[in-house]
Amino acid sequence: MELQRVEVVKNIYSENEKIAFSVKEKLTQKGIFAVNVLGSPGAGKTSALKQIIKLMPDTKFYVIEGDLESDIDTQKMRSIGVETYQINTKGACHLDAPTINSALDNFNLREKAILFVENIGNLVCTAEFVIGEHIKMLICSVPEGSDKPYKYPIIFENADVIVLNKCDLKEYVDFDDKFFYDGIAALNKKAPVFEVCAKTGEGFDKLVQWINKVRV
Amino acid sequence: MHEYSITQQIVKIAEENAISNGAIKIERISLVVGELSGFIGESIQMYFDVLSKGTLAEGAIVDITYVKPQLKCSKCNSFFYRKRFSFECPQCGGMGLPTEIGKEFYVKDIDILTDK
Ligand SMILES: Nc1nc2c(ncn2[C@@H]2O[C@H](COP(=O)(O)OP(=O)(O)OP(=O)(O)O)[C@@H](O)[C@H]2O)c(=O)[nH]1
Ligand SMILES: [Mg+2]
Ligand SMILES: [Zn+2]
Ligand SMILES: [Zn+2]
Repeated sequence: MELQRVEVVKNIYSENEKIAFSVKEKLTQKGIFAVNVLGSPGAGKTSALKQIIKLMPDTKFYVIEGDLESDIDTQKMRSIGVETYQINTKGACHLDAPTINSALDNFNLREKAILFVENIGNLVCTAEFVIGEHIKMLICSVPEGSDKPYKYPIIFENADVIVLNKCDLKEYVDFDDKFFYDGIAALNKKAPVFEVCAKTGEGFDKLVQWINKVRV
Repeated sequence: MHEYSITQQIVKIAEENAISNGAIKIERISLVVGELSGFIGESIQMYFDVLSKGTLAEGAIVDITYVKPQLKCSKCNSFFYRKRFSFECPQCGGMGLPTEIGKEFYVKDIDILTDK
């Protein structure tokens, strides 16, 4: 018997990344622009998606809802006529590429469309598992506080667009704009930030313009 | 919770490399984990003990090297560890930019037994 050290140096995410790559290729070929929607629980991910969809009446949408349990968000999306598929992760805290790959079988992807994947409400590991998306849209909200870039730097670093929701609540909570924007400036030079209110729809016109500009 | 699926990948990577090197057993698996990845070593070891049962990795030690994140100053280019709630360079006050240091997450090497 002999003890031997074998060099490996293999990224543990690599299997997920490989599958994500093929999901993205498949979606691109079919003319589907995939958006990984990230944010804390209750930040307003579902409310924001409803506002975006309302402002784009000529666009076809698919939505995948990821939740630990329940299909409340799926019911909301279906009630506005959007084809939606629910994933229940039964405890898993993030969606990954294999899960999205099989969820896509539930759609008949024939037209050009935008696919929104509402990830599990979580600012930590959802940032690290790619699912085949073209962009990551981070939804934060005013009541969460302006220190979030400092506490969850990776998700702010990886976002392609940052939406600050619930701006109607700025007058009720101490939200330090400068602290928030300084944190983002250090972490992410590319992502634009849009201030919105998903309750009234304010600010979504600019976000929709941006989405139309970047979508494939 | 997601340490479960991640640990499956670790066992798989270790086993593939062990088999291709003619191992009869894996004694040790060494991981490099950046602290930004948010993985908890104890949790990986716990899932590992369950998931490695019946594989070449059963009973192996998971040895984790943690890497503290570092930022790079946009003014003076020095690398530094950041203070809480700040991205400022301690040398010159410049703005620190994210680097890859602290995001590592890979299987570095494995110790295997062969019957040679
Ligand atoms: N005042 C105010 N409330 C909002 C706004 N946007 C969303 N809300 C409320 O915030 C709560 C959560 O909104 P959701 O859209 O369900 O949030 P979510 O991120 O999808 O939540 P989960 O899927 O459960 O993680 C709901 O009660 C919304 O009515 C806003 O702009 N202003
Ligand atoms: Mg929701
Ligand atoms: Zn997770
Ligand atoms: Zn400096």
